[in-house]
Amino acid sequence: MSIHNKEQLLLKGLAANEATAIETIYRENFAVIQSFILKNNGFYEDARDIFQEAMIVLYEKAASESFELTCQIKTYLYSVCRRLWLKKLQQAQRYNPAIEVGDEIIPVEEELEMHEKKNEELILMEQAMDKIGEPCKSLLEAYYFEKKSMPEIADHFGYTNADNAKTQKYKCLVRLKKIFFAQYKNGD
Amino acid sequence: MDDILLLDAIERYKNGEMTPQEKIFLEELRKNNPDIDQLAVEHLFFLQQLQNTADRKAYRQSLNEVEEKLINEGVIAKSKSSGKLIYLWNRYRRTIAVAASIAGIVSIFTAGMFTAYNSKKSEQVITPLVDIKFKEVDAKLKKIETKLNQAAIPAPAIPVKPKIEANFRATGFLIDISGYIVTNAHVINKAKNLIVENKEGEQFFARAVYVSGSTDLAILKISDTSFKKFNLLPYSIKRSSAELGEQIFTLGYPRDEVVYGEGYLSAKSGYAGDTSSYQISISVNPGNSGGPVINKNGEVIGIISSKETNAEGVVFAIKSKNIYKALEEIKGEEAIKLPSKGTIKGLDRVQQIKKIEDCVFMVKGN
Repeated sequence: MSIHNKEQLLLKGLAANEATAIETIYRENFAVIQSFILKNNGFYEDARDIFQEAMIVLYEKAASESFELTCQIKTYLYSVCRRLWLKKLQQAQRYNPAIEVGDEIIPVEEELEMHEKKNEELILMEQAMDKIGEPCKSLLEAYYFEKKSMPEIADHFGYTNADNAKTQKYKCLVRLKKIFFAQYKNGD
Repeated sequence: MDDILLLDAIERYKNGEMTPQEKIFLEELRKNNPDIDQLAVEHLFFLQQLQNTADRKAYRQSLNEVEEKLINEGVIAKSKSSGKLIYLWNRYRRTIAVAASIAGIVSIFTAGMFTAYNSKKSEQVITPLVDIKFKEVDAKLKKIETKLNQAAIPAPAIPVKPKIEANFRATGFLIDISGYIVTNAHVINKAKNLIVENKEGEQFFARAVYVSGSTDLAILKISDTSFKKFNLLPYSIKRSSAELGEQIFTLGYPRDEVVYGEGYLSAKSGYAGDTSSYQISISVNPGNSGGPVINKNGEVIGIISSKETNAEGVVFAIKSKNIYKALEEIKGEEAIKLPSKGTIKGLDRVQQIKKIEDCVFMVKGN
């Protein structure tokens, strides 16, 4: 199998949140990123955060309909990590790193801008989730995140039947929606 | 409740759970009612966002699981790399210089470094309490001394002590009778030679056996053969959390002589909500870094690490339970036994200090 085909397969797995695909990519790429970050003023924890952020960017890319990979995964990850880390260093006003030129990189600025916007939206949702309080939060998480069935939820949360749980779920959802859109529209 | 019915319909529509008839009905409804259509658009968008959040969360979890697996397999090394030290050094270099500009006695030697850094604005608001400028004071004093000596003829012989020229000074304290000392990581960063000195002025060579940038803890081992084992340490190291308002005290070396200070625990978290440290109210100075924070029962509850630059008496101390964590990390390499029970509970403060001060060391090096 050519490298290209192998990578296409990996990305397909990534988009489906398959553990084996994630593991393969993690295994093959983390060390490079770690040594890059450690060389440039970071800790292991920084390397992990940056790498995982880049993995999310890759995941989003792989999951998008217009997906097309124009370079190898390792080049892509390295480019994204490099950009993210530079940005973080600049924000933290740590000293200016000497990052070696000569590594193969591709421009990723635009993609990272999109990624950031998406991150912001997700943060809004998470904040809204935090604000609705319990049991709403757990209830919605059980249904929308963990994909539990209504009878299961009714049983777990102590509702007399699935219909009751469902009504409760919608009440919570309406509240969440209100909070989310209040923030979302403010942000525009 | 019509709204809920509608939301439910939209959700089933999205999930493809509708019969063809229902689907047509809903689509007709949307076509003929702009309000309903807008609600549908909005709700579909919202559900998509919720779905994205869920996917992201699941994916993050997968990433963490893979990370943990690879760490366990040894594919990924959580290296105690020099990167941390370089980072710490770079992080503190500026702060230390700024701190130096704030402290009073420095003003006599407005050296190049100070002016250079003073002109830059720094956003750092915490100050590590390691004293790096005393060497310069020392040098200055020596110069004056030499001048005075030259003036007085014949020149009396200056007693020369065989010692390393140190360029920083801080505090540390014993945690094991055989000579293990806890101090801050930022204190010893980059030091090639480390010396600890007791209150009698006896010096011993030491080496770092543990340095953690993230907790800012370091453990030194006295490597000097002239060091005599202690029989007993007077204090114990507290594993659990200390209480708000507890009276505390510290001993340290902001000067060449051991200095006592007392205060109270003012918050259970440190700078910017850092839960691995406490905020304490106490008067400390550069050089106090690494000193023990002890409660009235003679338990070490923390290690002084830094203070807020712009506020007096706002000091941060690393929680003592981090010492236990550190020992856990190096238990294969170093056999360190923490004192299990203190011996100074119930004594009055003067007696307590008498027993403790032998165990508190000045940490110096270059």
